[in-house]
Amino acid sequence: MSAISISGLHKRYPRVHALDGIDLTVGRGEFFGLLGPNGAGKSTLINIVAGLTRFDAGRVSVLGGDVATDYRRTRRLIGVVPQELTYDPFFNVREVLRIQSGYFGLRKNDAWIDELLAALMLTEKAGANMRTLSGGMKRRVMIAQALVHRPEVVVLDEPTAGVDVELRKSLWTFIRRLHGEGHTIVLTTHYLEEAEALCHRIAILNRGRLVALDTKQALLARGIGGTRRVCITTEQPLARLPGALEQKVRRRDGNMVELQLDKGSDSVMAALDALRAHGAVITDLNMEGADLEDVFVELTRRDNA
Amino acid sequence: MNPVGLYTLFYKEVLRFGKVLLQTLIAPIITALLYLLVFGHVFEGRVQAFPGVSYTMFLIPGLVMMSVIQNAFANSSSSLIQSKVTGNIVFMLLTPLSHLEFFLAFVLAAVVRGVLVGLGVWLVALLFTPLPLQHPLTVLLFMFLSSATLGAIGVIAGIWAEKFDQLAGFQNFIILPLSFLSGVFYSIHSLPEFWQKLSHFNPFFYMIDGFRYGFFGVSDIAPAHSLAVVTLFLAVLSAVTLMLLKAGYKLRD
Repeated sequence: MSAISISGLHKRYPRVHALDGIDLTVGRGEFFGLLGPNGAGKSTLINIVAGLTRFDAGRVSVLGGDVATDYRRTRRLIGVVPQELTYDPFFNVREVLRIQSGYFGLRKNDAWIDELLAALMLTEKAGANMRTLSGGMKRRVMIAQALVHRPEVVVLDEPTAGVDVELRKSLWTFIRRLHGEGHTIVLTTHYLEEAEALCHRIAILNRGRLVALDTKQALLARGIGGTRRVCITTEQPLARLPGALEQKVRRRDGNMVELQLDKGSDSVMAALDALRAHGAVITDLNMEGADLEDVFVELTRRDNA
Repeated sequence: MNPVGLYTLFYKEVLRFGKVLLQTLIAPIITALLYLLVFGHVFEGRVQAFPGVSYTMFLIPGLVMMSVIQNAFANSSSSLIQSKVTGNIVFMLLTPLSHLEFFLAFVLAAVVRGVLVGLGVWLVALLFTPLPLQHPLTVLLFMFLSSATLGAIGVIAGIWAEKFDQLAGFQNFIILPLSFLSGVFYSIHSLPEFWQKLSHFNPFFYMIDGFRYGFFGVSDIAPAHSLAVVTLFLAVLSAVTLMLLKAGYKLRD
């Protein structure tokens, strides 16, 4: 049984077809990344899975339960950390977590709440009113709220948006720990570095459509992912390049030229020889493989064309 | 059914207004007492609505019910609009609470606030003049039905409104005029015939008239008639609210 199963999903708003026939399955225990530019439909998709948004057509299930008809069961199985930073200014942290537990039918949940507070470094703030917390602390309380009923599937919608580097790293550690404990993790993020570091399988959404769905390795190996970037600095700016290399130029800046070379068919040495034969004096060389960002940009650009 | 979830949401709503008692309990009691002092001073001895009932005595049940109505409405509507505007309503919507549990929790919390404010106004008013209590159960019944009705209207307003301004409009242009023109300060028999007939289309009139019967044993219309109208009004509004919640209107778009 898959953790999340989505088939033929459509969601239309008056002026936009937000989700246009999404088919997607997330396996149990997976660390799954959902990427896409702003307005791609990521949050709409997550909100539908969580029961926050109605949909027009299709079927969505969580661990076999239909999110529309069997919502009592599916909402107990899923924990969602929403993207927007929200809090109830009337209550302190412990009250918020006790109330959230109660909504799920859990009366005596303090032992787990204490564990969550400790894991998220909030123990000292348990009695503090939500208003008095910093943005990072509020974000951690939201994560605790999503986990208060021990859901098997955890969905984090841009959990590290707007948080500082230190907190981002501690959240990464915490999310990895959750995954290690057997939770299925679905993560949407703008930080491709984050998806590359954490996720095993990745879906890329663009304008409501799924433009890629594959393992991270497979995505990195295909198309632009099969190339490497070569940054060459020369003593003098180059007026022009040998004809074959001109087509490989990705960027030029003063006496630096960046080439995009195919890992299989293009030789770096041949490129350097061609430049030298053209009179260039090479002073520096830097190479790196294409990353997820390159794949993402290429796929969304191709889809937009 | 999720009884713990229902109780938790109810408890949270009560705790919410309990944290700001000055605004939610003390202030409305003082406002009602100011009405009592000013209107009682001006009309005492000049107006007699029912035989043997002074104007101040007549006024007190009206003020109690007006406070119940306004505060029950304020509780559910302000809580919902605040949760919507701040966005934290999402943590209620993510839970397995059904639309019926959601409705019951908000309405019952509104009843608690409405009844507490009403009892507060009543008790403090007793310092000024003694008040008979002919039918205590009728008093409690009308208090409950009326606060539940306004709690339901508050849920509808809270769902519908997208900003505080819209909610203030709902309160100032619907709730306040209907409660002021429902016979709080006068018996409708003192009105010209046209206005008397018009008053019969105001559901708040039946709430106040039936409630007043519980104190004095007399009323403008038969208490059973008032009870039927208020019960029907509550049933219709509850059905509408439940339909909106089930459809996710403005909550799960």
